[in-house]
Amino acid sequence: MAMFIRVDIDDAVRQDGDLCKQLIEVCPVDIFTLDEGGRVSTVEDNVDECTLCDLCTDAAGDGVRVVKLYRE
Amino acid sequence: MRFYEFEAKQALARRRVPLPKSELARTPEEAEAAAEQLGGPVVLKSQVLSGGRMKAGGVKFTDSPAEAKQAAAEILALEINNLKPAGVLVEERRTVEQEYFAAVTWDTRAKRPVIIFSDMGGIDIEEVAEQHPEHVARMHFSPSRPFPDFSAKLAVANVGITGGALNALSRMVAALAGAFIDHDLTLAEINPIGRLDDGSFVALDAHMDMEDEARGRHTALLDELGIDDPEARKARPPTQFELDAAANNDADPRGIAGNLVEFDGNIGLIIGAGGGSLTLFDAVRAAGGKPANYCEIGGNPSVGKAAGLTKLVLSQPGVDKVAVMMSIVSNTRVDIVARGVIKGCIEAGRDPAEAIAIFRIPGSWEEEGFVILDKYGVEYVDRSVSMHEAAARAVAKVAG
Repeated sequence: MAMFIRVDIDDAVRQDGDLCKQLIEVCPVDIFTLDEGGRVSTVEDNVDECTLCDLCTDAAGDGVRVVKLYRE
Repeated sequence: MRFYEFEAKQALARRRVPLPKSELARTPEEAEAAAEQLGGPVVLKSQVLSGGRMKAGGVKFTDSPAEAKQAAAEILALEINNLKPAGVLVEERRTVEQEYFAAVTWDTRAKRPVIIFSDMGGIDIEEVAEQHPEHVARMHFSPSRPFPDFSAKLAVANVGITGGALNALSRMVAALAGAFIDHDLTLAEINPIGRLDDGSFVALDAHMDMEDEARGRHTALLDELGIDDPEARKARPPTQFELDAAANNDADPRGIAGNLVEFDGNIGLIIGAGGGSLTLFDAVRAAGGKPANYCEIGGNPSVGKAAGLTKLVLSQPGVDKVAVMMSIVSNTRVDIVARGVIKGCIEAGRDPAEAIAIFRIPGSWEEEGFVILDKYGVEYVDRSVSMHEAAARAVAKVAG
């Protein structure tokens, strides 16, 4: 269970196949994956590895939010 | 990587260092045959990667092949410091009139190799240096230029040796230095060199350590000596704790969180930054602390890797707290390590505020790291607090 980071993904992003693939491609620590329905989701074990590089938010804009739980 | 005595002697023989005749035996029968072949009294020596062979009963003197067989059986069955012998070296026994010490090693302060020579060999050289400093000569030389034989001669002459003995001993020391440089050794030692009753000199015992990272450059030598498993050449077998740390490190290619050495103290260390880990280990000791381990963390290990190491260190019996300390880092993110050690504590069922005695890693992303540490109540310091001061605070906390 991730303790430090949470990644929120909007439904619009989950349903955009090209964007899903882009998220998987850009994340350096493999936080994103495709579920059985072909929608993007997160790999729970990898979420705390987030390097805060912003590549996912650059790709998806407001459709992906990286939340620092330790700042809440 | 350590060499057995018989291997070190083979390496020296290639450099024409005079040696007593000897044969390696793997069984009592082979030892008997070797003694028969050598003729006369022999000395049998356990081939084990540990010091203290004589005290442990790993060296025996015999006068006949039958005695040699019996002595070999005893030596081969004898573990020294939990190490089994690879064999027994059966060596002709010579009458020695005087013993000398010769070694080449790194002087880490001078950052150069140094020849150490004494005319009082066969005993602990540090004891000689302390009690009879006039009998110990040191001579530095450059590792990047061809070894000047003159340096060997100066080292030998500096303890007052002259004439033919000076020439003979200088050749042996020069050969030792040549082996040191050519084979990337960290230690090349002959102790003792014996002056025999006929005035000649022989290397009675030899010890060589090769830099682990250099093994790939010396496969020809290692093949020639029949060394097929260099990993087995440690001073002692790795403990389960050390193996678990290596597995944690190997499971993830990101950064380093391993190279752990187990000690019997009560303060767990998560330390790094190249030489910083050595400095921090010493700082803990200087403050009166007893480290439970040495380790190295750096190069941006993943959160999971740092957490795994933390859990492992906290699992050691008697370890209640860890000190997380590095020098100033630019290649390791403070926030990632902070996440890792806190996660490790929590997964180990511990409160990070209690389990982490101190966190002192200044450097990249430290502001973010400090926010995380604040959130979990972990005591941290920045670069304005020295590594020694941080270590002292951690030791005080462990002492309660």
